[in-house]
Order: sequence, then C-alpha cells, then structure tokens
Amino acid sequence: MLDLLARYTPNLLDYSDEFIKSIGETLQMLLFSGIYSFIVGLFIGTLLVVTRKGNILENTFIHQVIDKLVNLFRSIPFVILITALIPLTKIIVGTFIGVKGAIFPLVVGCTPFFIRQVDMALSDIDYGLIEAAQSMGISPIGIIFRVYLKESIPALARSVTITSISLLGLTAMGGAVGGGGLGSFVVRYGHNRFYQDITYVSVIVILILVSIMQCIGNFIIKKTSH
Amino acid sequence: MIQLIDVSKTFTSDNITIDAVKDVNFNIEKSEIFGVIGYSGAGKSTLVRCINLLERPSKGQVLIDGVDLIQLKEKDLRVYRQKIGMIFQQFNLLASRTVFENVAFPLRYQGLGKKQIEEKVMYLLELVGITDKADAYPSKLSGGQKQRVAIARALANDPGILLCDEATSALDPQTTQSILKLLKEVNKKLGITIIIITHEMSVIKEICNRVAVMENGCIVELNDVISIFSNPQAQITKDFINTTSNLSHIDELIKEKSSIVNLENGQSLCRLDFYGSNTADPIISYISRKFNVTASIIFGNVEVISETVLGSLVVILSGLMENQQQVLEYLNDNNIRVEVIKNA
Repeated sequence: MLDLLARYTPNLLDYSDEFIKSIGETLQMLLFSGIYSFIVGLFIGTLLVVTRKGNILENTFIHQVIDKLVNLFRSIPFVILITALIPLTKIIVGTFIGVKGAIFPLVVGCTPFFIRQVDMALSDIDYGLIEAAQSMGISPIGIIFRVYLKESIPALARSVTITSISLLGLTAMGGAVGGGGLGSFVVRYGHNRFYQDITYVSVIVILILVSIMQCIGNFIIKKTSH
Repeated sequence: MIQLIDVSKTFTSDNITIDAVKDVNFNIEKSEIFGVIGYSGAGKSTLVRCINLLERPSKGQVLIDGVDLIQLKEKDLRVYRQKIGMIFQQFNLLASRTVFENVAFPLRYQGLGKKQIEEKVMYLLELVGITDKADAYPSKLSGGQKQRVAIARALANDPGILLCDEATSALDPQTTQSILKLLKEVNKKLGITIIIITHEMSVIKEICNRVAVMENGCIVELNDVISIFSNPQAQITKDFINTTSNLSHIDELIKEKSSIVNLENGQSLCRLDFYGSNTADPIISYISRKFNVTASIIFGNVEVISETVLGSLVVILSGLMENQQQVLEYLNDNNIRVEVIKNA
C-alpha cells in the first residue's frame, strides 16, 4: 500500500502531515463559517420575506435595504471581497490570515447567497397557508416559526446543501489568498511547485466532501418531505 | 351577530383603483347559514375576507356582537379571529404535519394540556368523520377528506362563526354534497353561524337560509332563499337560478322552433310558478274539470328548498280563449304566478 502511494503520489507522501492539516482547516472553515452564515442568513432571509409588500410584517424600507445589500455583496467577486474586507477583518478578529482570518470574509461572502436561497424557499410557501394561520389568530412570530420555517424545511435543506457546496468552493479561494486549508495547500504545492499528484488527490478529497454533503442533504430532504 | 356597515374595499395598483367591494351593508344573525353568490371577480372573496380582516376594509365598520373589529389592536384582533373559523377552496393544510397535527395546530398557546388537546382533536376528527386518517399526511388525502380536516381545524377554537371561501369549488358534485351536509350538521349541532361564498346556486339551494347576490362589488339582491328562488328580482339572480333548473331550455326550444312547442290554434304556452302549499296536480285536474281547459305539461321542475316545495311547470293550455282567460285569473288568485310565453 505504502509502495503504491510512494509510486503514484510521491510528493503527497512527503507533505502528508500538512495535507491532513489542510483538510482539517478546510473542514474548520466550512463548519464555522457555515454555522454563522446559516444563522445570519436564515434570520435576514426570513426578514426579507416577511417584510415584502403584502406580507405579514410589510416594511418597505427594511425590505429594500436588505434586498439592495444582498445584491451588492453578491455582485462582488469573492477574491476581491476578501481583500476589501481585510481592514474590517483585522478589527473584528484581530488577524486576516489563517483559518481565523478567513471565517469572517467567508461568512460575508456566503451569507448573501444563502439569504437568496432562503428567500426562494420561503416564498415558495403557498400564501394561502399564511392566510389560514392568520385567520386562526396566530401571531406573526408564530407564523414565521410554525408555518414559514417549519413548512419549508425540505426546501431549506436543499438550500443548505447548495450553499455548503458553494461555501466549500469559497474556502478554497480563501485559502489561495492566505487562509489555509486545501486551497492554499494546492496553490503552494500543486500550482507553484507543479506537484500534480497533490492537486489530483486534493480534487478527490473535495469530491468526497461534496458527495457527503449532497448525501446528507438528500437524506434530510427525503425524511422531511411528505 | 355580524353587522357590516358601509363596507368598501378599494385596491390600488399602478394608479388604477379597483372597487372590489362597494358600500356593503347587511346583518347576519346567530346560527344562520348565509350565502354570498356571484361570478368570479364580483368581490365576494374580498367581502368574506373583510369579515375577519384578512382584508382591511377601506372604509366602513365590521361589527361582531357589537364590537368593531377595525378599531381593535392587532393583539385583540387575533383573539377575535380565534372565534372566527375559516376554510378555503384550496384547503390550506400544512403539508409537513399530519391530520392530527393540523387540527391541533390552532390549539397551541390555549393553555391546554397534551391530553386535553388529544381529546379535543379526536372529538373534532370524529365530528367530521375522519378519525381513521389521524396519522396520515395531507398529501395522502382526497379533496373531500382534506376539506373535512380543514373544517375540523377551523372548529378547533370553538368559533361562533365559520367563513367558507369557495369551500366546495374544488370538489366534485358528490363530495360537495357530503361537505355541505357536514356543514349543515355542524351548524345544527354547534349552533355556529356559517357564511358561504360560492358561485354555484346549487350550494345556496342546498344549505343557506338567506343569500346575498353580488355583482361588481355591490350586493344587488338579498333575501331568504325561498324568496330568491320563487321571485328573483335582479337579472343576475335569474341567471343564477336558471343554472339550477332546466326551464331555461324552453326559450331555446322556442328559438329553434322545435316541434314540442308548436302550437295549434287556440293553444297557449304558459309557465306556472308555484310554491309552498300549492301543488300542481290538483290544480291541473281542477282547471280541466271546471274550465274545460286541458293543460299538457312540457317541462317541470320541482325543488325542495328548506322543506318548502318550489315548482315550475311549462304547459300548453288548450280550450276556448275565454275559458283560458278564466284559468289565468283563477291561477293568479291562487298565488300561482303565470307567464304566457307564447300564444298561437
């Protein structure tokens, strides 16, 4: 086995410690920025939906502000965004390099995407259900939790899956500009030193990660759809 | 009691204003089944939504037992809304919850224990006859079953009023009948006031005590169902009634010059409308004996509405002209409306 690895992936073997560490960093970035983006995105996305004209907490001002901000952040390419955020990142987390410095820009880059996904998922709920809940005298908060969020769990699971996969892409990009993780590992060795085996094995690892996320997502969707 | 006073609702979009509901006034008594009929776009759905303020009227008052809902704060309004159940054309069941959970849905925050909720839900499911589906998800139910669940859910908070917004319009005729029967039972058993929005006269005929006919946002006619059917005033009301009987065919037959309505000399084609205690048979045999005028029946339509017989006959009278005249007078005196459609 070791012979086989030595033959096909000689460079990877030399840097195996760093490789394992990079996978760990990628997972760390994915997990933490994912959780933050989920919480912030779900909150703001829901706010975006319920403040829309004609909805339960109609508020044109809040809706427009969120809508425009989401569009603004979504239109900035992530590599540029991460650079532009350096001063802010420094203030908030104290450093702009490494895993720690990557999480904040990742959240900023990922959340607007997730907000749009939440927007789509919640807007798909038949407004008749909201009217029915209103006719029962359920409060707006009750409607948000017991109708909007509860009824769109399958759609939200799909959104989280899509967002996580795109977030994995962002972590690699973040890695390329000093963030660590598989992205920076591949740039340093696969790209700069042209150790192709490192590139390919990293690709395989990322494929596996994506497949796992997709499988978990599909499982949840299947379990929650009736 | 529900009182609507000068209720209007105006929608504005892109500088175009639409008067969906215009100056509507009516009272609905407790335990009454009140129908609102109109073509789509007449404003009847908007009107019923004005009763629980899902649509806020642009002006007017909505009084429930004397309390103007429009003046209430959001929070107090929600308490009132719990006492006004509502069912919809598209059922609006929560797909992620079972039948049981759907019915239990409005019961949260009512201070009931788990056991009490369970008892209440099972009671309601039994009332609507669907206990065996308690653990099924709505996607597994037929339209009629879904509407039964929706009715159970709407009754969960013991409302005094039930609003039905085209509740049978998505159902086939048999299922419609069974749902209407259920609503009637609920009305009798619980004394709940029911307001039914529909575009089908047969629904009104089946279940309502009184009916309002709506056109272009206005109520053009409002009366008890017997009066509406026996003596409709507005053209639209007549059109609606024609949809439930085959008497309107006579006009087509005359237009087509069908042999059925060919008259010989000394014959006349008449329509007789009678209701209540008058029944057709003795009258027709009586006029033939007394006035020597025979009446041959071409069309007949007899309805039983709220246990009152309501009938119409199209007949050809033959006999001497003066005798026929006497017959017409005799019928008029006996509260039978006569319309001479065609003379030979």
